Amino acid sequence: MSAAAATVTSSTTGGCEDRPVLRERGQHSVFCGLTGVVWLHRKIQDAFFLVVGSRTCAHLLQSAAGVMIFAEPRFGTAIIDDRDLAGLADANDELDRVVTQLLERRPDIKLLFLVGSCPSEVIKLDLSRAALRLNRQFAPGVRVLSYSGSGIETTFTQGEDACLASMVPVLPQTDASQLLVVGALADVVEDQFARLFAAMGIANVRFLPPRNSGDLPPVGAATQYLLAQPFLADTARALEQRGATRIAAPFPLGVEGTTLWLQAAADAFGIDPTRVRAATDMPRERGKRALANYRDRLAGKRMFLFPDSQLEIPLARFVSRELGMQVIEAGTPYLHRAHMADELALLPAGIQVSEGQDVERQLDRCRDARPDITVCGLGLANPLEAEGLTTKWSIELLFTPVQGYDQAGDLAELFARPLVRRTRLAV
Amino acid sequence: MKLTLWTYEGPPHVGAMRVATAMEGLHYVLHAPQGDTYADLLFTMIERQSKRPPVTYTTFQARDLGGDTAELFKTAAREAYERFRPQALLVGASCTAELIQDDPGGLARAVALPIPVVPVELPSYQKKENWGSAETFYQLVRAFAGPQAPKPGTQRAPRPAGQRPRCNLLGPTALGFRHRDDVSEITGLLDRMGIDVHVVAPLGATPADLATLGEADFNVVLYPETGMPAAQWLLRTFQQPVVKTVPIGIGATRDFIAEVAGIAGVDATAVLEADDSRLPWYSRSVDSTYLTGKRVFIFGDATHAVAAARIAAEELGFTVVGLGTYSREFAREVREAAARYGVEATITDDYLEVEAAIAAQHPELVLGTQMERHIAKRLGIPCAVISAPVHVQDFPARYSPQMGFEGANVIFDTWVHPLMMGLEEHLLHMFRDDAEFKDEAGASHLGSHAASRPVEATPEAPEPVMVAERSVAWDPAAEKELKKIPFFVRGKARRNTETFASDRGIATITVDTLYDAKAHFGR
Ligand code: SF4
Repeated sequence: MSAAAATVTSSTTGGCEDRPVLRERGQHSVFCGLTGVVWLHRKIQDAFFLVVGSRTCAHLLQSAAGVMIFAEPRFGTAIIDDRDLAGLADANDELDRVVTQLLERRPDIKLLFLVGSCPSEVIKLDLSRAALRLNRQFAPGVRVLSYSGSGIETTFTQGEDACLASMVPVLPQTDASQLLVVGALADVVEDQFARLFAAMGIANVRFLPPRNSGDLPPVGAATQYLLAQPFLADTARALEQRGATRIAAPFPLGVEGTTLWLQAAADAFGIDPTRVRAATDMPRERGKRALANYRDRLAGKRMFLFPDSQLEIPLARFVSRELGMQVIEAGTPYLHRAHMADELALLPAGIQVSEGQDVERQLDRCRDARPDITVCGLGLANPLEAEGLTTKWSIELLFTPVQGYDQAGDLAELFARPLVRRTRLAV
Repeated sequence: MKLTLWTYEGPPHVGAMRVATAMEGLHYVLHAPQGDTYADLLFTMIERQSKRPPVTYTTFQARDLGGDTAELFKTAAREAYERFRPQALLVGASCTAELIQDDPGGLARAVALPIPVVPVELPSYQKKENWGSAETFYQLVRAFAGPQAPKPGTQRAPRPAGQRPRCNLLGPTALGFRHRDDVSEITGLLDRMGIDVHVVAPLGATPADLATLGEADFNVVLYPETGMPAAQWLLRTFQQPVVKTVPIGIGATRDFIAEVAGIAGVDATAVLEADDSRLPWYSRSVDSTYLTGKRVFIFGDATHAVAAARIAAEELGFTVVGLGTYSREFAREVREAAARYGVEATITDDYLEVEAAIAAQHPELVLGTQMERHIAKRLGIPCAVISAPVHVQDFPARYSPQMGFEGANVIFDTWVHPLMMGLEEHLLHMFRDDAEFKDEAGASHLGSHAASRPVEATPEAPEPVMVAERSVAWDPAAEKELKKIPFFVRGKARRNTETFASDRGIATITVDTLYDAKAHFGR
């Protein structure tokens, strides 16, 4: 956090353009990777996420899950206490005991993730070894995997990346040609994409993560994978180790993003362009009509995005190109140049991209810019509203179906609603 | 290692944040990884605070470990001072930083800031949120009031003639259950008794205010969970007497007035006579007879749980069937209270245990935290919230104290509201086949919301806790007759009948067994 030295403006090299990026290192105001558990446990219906951490980790999960108190949530925390800190052999025995107790109570669990945290990493509790050990014990009924969602290693959505990456080594092998769509999507969005790919003539399409652990998609040298989310660096690397190749594309946010994303897959599979158009014309036009409803309200409005989910650059691209908004700054906790290359190529010049965070300085910039709408985390939203700025909580972008043609309008609406509300209120 | 699904309390540094956020002119530099910044949302979202908590997190990463986390901390402390210019800095570590042993206190001193630095060490792997608040407040009080302490053995100077007695109100924090409203209610009550409030702390106090705590004549501890260690230190150091009665409920408020009057040397007769709370009359009015003997299960922090039990038993005529707390530090007090009502105290921070205890008791009303609200919703039992932790809807816009006479009014309304109204309950008993009175129907004034109760939340659905006892069978006619009993007492009826049958060696329960048991146990 050394003040001046931490802020450097660098130029990208090897990307498709030279865009200055503001790099900052100061206080981050972002959740850690544990947060991914909140949506992943809903996505994979027979999985349980056991965080091995502290009371803080348990409290974070509970606070991020907000009002969603489930009768029997499929996540929990094995809280490390003083006795575990005394000796490591002890902590492993304790973990085995907690897992045994959990699996006895929850016979519906078929896939167990041991999720590492800052404390488990600092005390060097080896969860990958624990997973191997427990796997032997509980196979074949339950598979045990491990990944880290710790705040010292992962930021918010990187937890999903780590989770999916941990699944890649256990995916079955296939030599068949197939499309693998990677990144958790709302079930409804996944179904829409599956229909579109089928209509386009891509026969063999699988999704990672699956909705059920018994339905793990296979992978192999004839697999081409398409990222549905922009934060999956480790998962991509692991898939490539299994021989899969990435289909480069922007992300399926907005009509344009969705079209280019589908098109990239079609090209990779040598689909005839007329067939692609036949499959996508109708939903694309529908998506455009939905966006038109919001374009009037949003065009010309100025937006500032705090770093949070790594969705910021695709979002900035969408709102500026399809809604006519003016983005002042698009912050991202981490900039993956290769995965973001197609997005950056589309992103209008003049948008300041920033990587990392020094939240106080960023707040200064935001206040100076007085944007019409600020996309930020839950900790900042109300204080900024109290200062007269209109905000949108970024976590909603993860909890709402926003990808694809039929959600493009919903995505625009997420930004329109706070502005509309402002104009309605006379208090 | 303990498996935890939901927690009643956060880690102790969140307790420290509750103190820092409540105060003015104090800034907290917390050595912690980035994920720990989630705690901001507790204040900005749940409590709807319009300001960020005055907390700077160092947000160290894996690559900083083994290298310069200490330097990171020093930079954070220096920059926080320069940006926020607080009167004092509070410094400490979260659970992860505790493991890397950087000594925030020593590091902050090395920065040589021109303001006082108060280090707090909060053992994250042993202690929890309320303890963290209490310890932090105690350390702050010692740090700022300490230099003002008289020499040991010095007598307190008598209050100058004609000057109203003064007291401090200790314990209210950010994120507390109705703390802000309680403070104004009790401040008003004390004013009517001729007593001034000198400092309220931590809520609204500055470090400079803490330095003057010793000037008051006595201390009132509103929330022992957070305020008692500081009050005890002030008693030892400044010989300030401590008022220990927590004024929640009519009886406790009257006891509080008497205790305060004794310590302050004022005559409280007029204030006691002017008590215009509506709770006593509402409770005596005939409509409230239907409240008689309602079985109530109570769980919360120790202060609110114990107070609720007294109100339930003495002021509303309920029957306390369960009493418990997650505040292990106050287990003794809660056990004593439970003994007064003839129940076993539930002392646990495992919400599954609380759920099992509630399911086993078949209460007609649950008074608890947001966790019990969810448990009660699942079991189809009416519920009112009486204690932290609470969710955003329990920070109401309107004035709703728990303490004092107005607090008692609020409590009457809040607890009675989820229940069926008197005649409605009778009609439900009489006309079981009326479509509108089917089991899913909740209290009519609660609309469709209450109607969403699970149809067979009460023991028709197999109940894990009861399985072992199910040695008797029900014949179909008896089973059908049982269904004619409204859902909110059916669980009790089933249990009583089964106990009755197994005590008498009856293998199959018939319609007659059901009524025999009813005659035996009564309503
Ligand atoms: S940042 Fe680390 S300690 Fe904090 S909640 Fe996340 S994993 Fe747990």
